[in-house]
Amino acid sequence: MSATTLPVPAAPAPPKEETPFRRLAIDFAESKLAVFGLVVMLLIALIAVIAPWIAPQNPYDLAQLDIMDGRSPPGTVGGEGFTFWLGTDDQGRDMLSGIMYGLRISLFVGAGSALIAGIIGSALGLVAAYVGGRTESVIMRLVDLQLSFPSILVALMILAFLGKGVGNVMLALVMVEWAYYARTARGSALAERRREYIEAAECLALSKARVVFKHLLPNCMPPLIVVGTFQMARAIALEATLSFLGLGVPVTEPSLGLLIANGYQYMLSGKYWISFYPGIALLITIVSINLVGDQLRDVLNPKLRR
Amino acid sequence: MATWLLRRLVQAVFVVLAMTVIVFIGVNVIGNPIDILISPEADAAERARAIAALGLDKPLWQQYLSFLYGVVRGDLGRSFVFNEPAMRVILQRLPATMELAIAAVLISIVVGIPAGLYAGLKPKGWLSQALMAGSILGFSLPSFWVGLMLIMVFAVQLGWLPSTGRGTTAALFGVQWSFLTRDGLAHMLLPAFNLALFNVSLIMRLTRAGVREALPSDYVKFARAKGLTPFRVIGVHVMKNIMIPVVTVVGLELGTTIAFSVVTESIFAWPGMGKLIIDSINLLDRPVIVAYLMLIVLLFVAINLVVDLLYTALDPRVRLEEQG
Repeated sequence: MSATTLPVPAAPAPPKEETPFRRLAIDFAESKLAVFGLVVMLLIALIAVIAPWIAPQNPYDLAQLDIMDGRSPPGTVGGEGFTFWLGTDDQGRDMLSGIMYGLRISLFVGAGSALIAGIIGSALGLVAAYVGGRTESVIMRLVDLQLSFPSILVALMILAFLGKGVGNVMLALVMVEWAYYARTARGSALAERRREYIEAAECLALSKARVVFKHLLPNCMPPLIVVGTFQMARAIALEATLSFLGLGVPVTEPSLGLLIANGYQYMLSGKYWISFYPGIALLITIVSINLVGDQLRDVLNPKLRR
Repeated sequence: MATWLLRRLVQAVFVVLAMTVIVFIGVNVIGNPIDILISPEADAAERARAIAALGLDKPLWQQYLSFLYGVVRGDLGRSFVFNEPAMRVILQRLPATMELAIAAVLISIVVGIPAGLYAGLKPKGWLSQALMAGSILGFSLPSFWVGLMLIMVFAVQLGWLPSTGRGTTAALFGVQWSFLTRDGLAHMLLPAFNLALFNVSLIMRLTRAGVREALPSDYVKFARAKGLTPFRVIGVHVMKNIMIPVVTVVGLELGTTIAFSVVTESIFAWPGMGKLIIDSINLLDRPVIVAYLMLIVLLFVAINLVVDLLYTALDPRVRLEEQG
């Protein structure tokens, strides 16, 4: 990044006791935009978690839907007596409730696959760096192979073989993402493993597994956290794309991408809201996560430390 | 150079072989071809006969070898939907996809490089700041949603441009192309722009970074001190040095653009390979799926190879390293 994004030293506040976490928080708060992104991100996560209690309607409960309310524009007062602030879809489902429930699926799939891929990829990357030799070259060849094909193609291939479903989409996303973690983990582990504390741990005759996961891993975490943030945003976008293409989550569990796909056919007749608002929700989610990731990258980069 | 090229070629062959194994396993081991290829009403004797005719009773490695033989000859079975050889079905749609992908790459070069140059030369200007902010949006916006919004604004609300299909096509070398007619070009504009958006952002950022890096360097100062016109300094001396990463990215992104045309083609009902593969997956048309995957793998390996070669040709440092 350019020099303008360098964190400017804040007023020398007298630190009570500088824990790594407090220092991270202070550095992070230097960008107003990033803090805004973090707040929005947490708010969206909160909405997704408590959707069943705050949504005006349960979009999966067919008894609550009235087909007569179908495709009402935003602001219409429905038969049940409450206002559809964001309109309704073709089956009379309140879009606002649909988006809240859709966020649940999108975030669950995105965060879940980023986490699983993170665990698998980091473990493989660390092992590659620590063990070296043939193991390393096999793992890194696989990483290269994986990264030379675009994500959508790999996901498409897996879903073509396995069929759609939440589990299969997550599997496809994990297959797409693990290589990024593996590459990052290996890169930072190669630098860390020459440090004295690793040598010391080896001198204590600790088991290899213990050295790798208890000593090496914690010190490789910062770049992995940054990659994890960006990969989560990417996973959410890719899941939405796959669901839009009809290869992702099933219709019984509509994510944001599927909501957008449902509105696609009505868009040509000017009923924009069925696709438009879920897209806005998706956009806000992805941008807020990316803003947080951008600032984390600057804060956690030791080269930019003052 | 010759040994390097040979090693690189052998590698490419191995990648293709690895992909045939993966595709074979995916189609014949995970999915059960018997359920798909043989009608469920067939009795036991008919089933056995059909299995023998399809060679599905042979050991797996023999099945793989005959699959590989088919791949080499370009014979991947007949499409269930079109009742034509799967490879022919795919190849018929190839020109539409290539045309769209190349148009998208052209747009990203024509828009991305000048915008990046401007943003790099005047980093403080409001237009540069706006361009950079726009490029973040270009990265973050899911391309399928942008496509929908383009249709909504330009096709539905304003009614300026058509939203679906290829429009009128004209023949050149026996193939139908959209870019030869006015109507075809109008149809191509929205999808090509949609497909280009990500690359425009990428190339713009790369160019800007390259310019910012080159401007304070000694060779630029020297060129200026010689009294060369600013136009020549930027156009020749700076451009030459920032072209290397840009060419690499354009080359590599051509493959990604072809892959992502799956999304754009589905939105704009562009009758290319991408739309075909989505339809085929939904209809379980396995021969077409396999043919598409094999073709795209070949395409990717070929593109990566060409980019590597171009890179060595453009950057003398890479050439020297390989020899040393």
